[in-house]
Amino acid sequence: MAPAGPRSGDAIFASVERVNAELFTLTYGAIVRQLLTDLEEVDEVNKQLDQMGYNIGIRLVDEFLAKSNVSRCVDFKETAEVIAKVGFKMFLGVGASVTNWDAEGTCCSIVLEDNPLVDFVELPDTCQGLYYCNVLSGVIRGALEMVSMKTEVTWLRDVLRGDDVFELQVKLIKQVPEEYPYKDDE
Amino acid sequence: MIGASKIKQYSNVLEKPLSKGKQEVSLSAFAFLFSELVQYNQTQVDNIAELERRLEDAGYAVGARCLELLCHREKCVMFMPFWLSQGNRRETRLLGILSFVHSTVWKVLFGKVADSLEKGTEHEDEYMISEKELLVNRFISIPKDMGTFNCGAFVAGIVRGVLDSAGFPAVVTAHFVPMEGQQRPRTTILIKFAEEVLRREARLG
Repeated sequence: MAPAGPRSGDAIFASVERVNAELFTLTYGAIVRQLLTDLEEVDEVNKQLDQMGYNIGIRLVDEFLAKSNVSRCVDFKETAEVIAKVGFKMFLGVGASVTNWDAEGTCCSIVLEDNPLVDFVELPDTCQGLYYCNVLSGVIRGALEMVSMKTEVTWLRDVLRGDDVFELQVKLIKQVPEEYPYKDDE
Repeated sequence: MIGASKIKQYSNVLEKPLSKGKQEVSLSAFAFLFSELVQYNQTQVDNIAELERRLEDAGYAVGARCLELLCHREKCVMFMPFWLSQGNRRETRLLGILSFVHSTVWKVLFGKVADSLEKGTEHEDEYMISEKELLVNRFISIPKDMGTFNCGAFVAGIVRGVLDSAGFPAVVTAHFVPMEGQQRPRTTILIKFAEEVLRREARLG
């Protein structure tokens, strides 16, 4: 039987179980608030959010690969397209697009159309250095690391800080070849 | 780095129009996020009671905001059969607010009304909302050494937040109730209202 082709983000999103985005938004807000109370330093909170995102990403990628049926990506360009078109859609229900490729094809920007994490959110003056959605950068970094790509993900533009869109920069640092866990001669 | 400020559509988040609340995310996204919440809190506490309290506090914040959101939204909605004629009315009676939590709040947050709402038989001030499987507990299994810990404490916090903000202070806890013939126990949210609520309720007749 021929394997099924890759499914579109919309199709997968329609087929998975969904919850109200507001529960998600409010829960994330509660998490950020807890972190701010515990850690107090905005930089620490950013790091912790990234770490949480990383933990999510390393597990999320399994579900992503299982549900989306994408074939192995030929190059990083395809990877970024898949993350933007399929990944964001199937988990968050939002579309994203990939822009600003650099000459070597290792660095690009993912622009989110919408972001359910930031509904009802405003950053107070005391938290101006906070990357509120830093969990998303951790998720992408964690997920890509599990498929042998070391990346660096940073925020270029953030609506909560005054810009008009959410823009993430994803930079491929290196492809880590898969290590074979068993020695041949044992 | 703060980006160069462009003209924002809305200068204040309060001026942005309220969405209809129909947007959805995948269940797994929420489940991952919730698991991170629990895992983070596990690193911050020494015992189970503390962990439950922290989850409850997180839920309290969600509940308070949820009540505000639902009350604002009900005003704008017209001719939606589900909302019946609840717009513009503040719940002042005990049964009113309980059925609001049991139906409206549950429907908005978890996509269905709660399985049952019961009055406690032993005490006058106790009510119970039961659910066969709480959404937050779907992908969670509790190790034996954590005893009676229930991540439903988060949902108990949500209920407490809604009740408190509506003027019905209560102590709300989540418990597992083993059911015969079922592998997974049922979860019961136990609501114990404060004295003043019962006195007020009696006065209102």
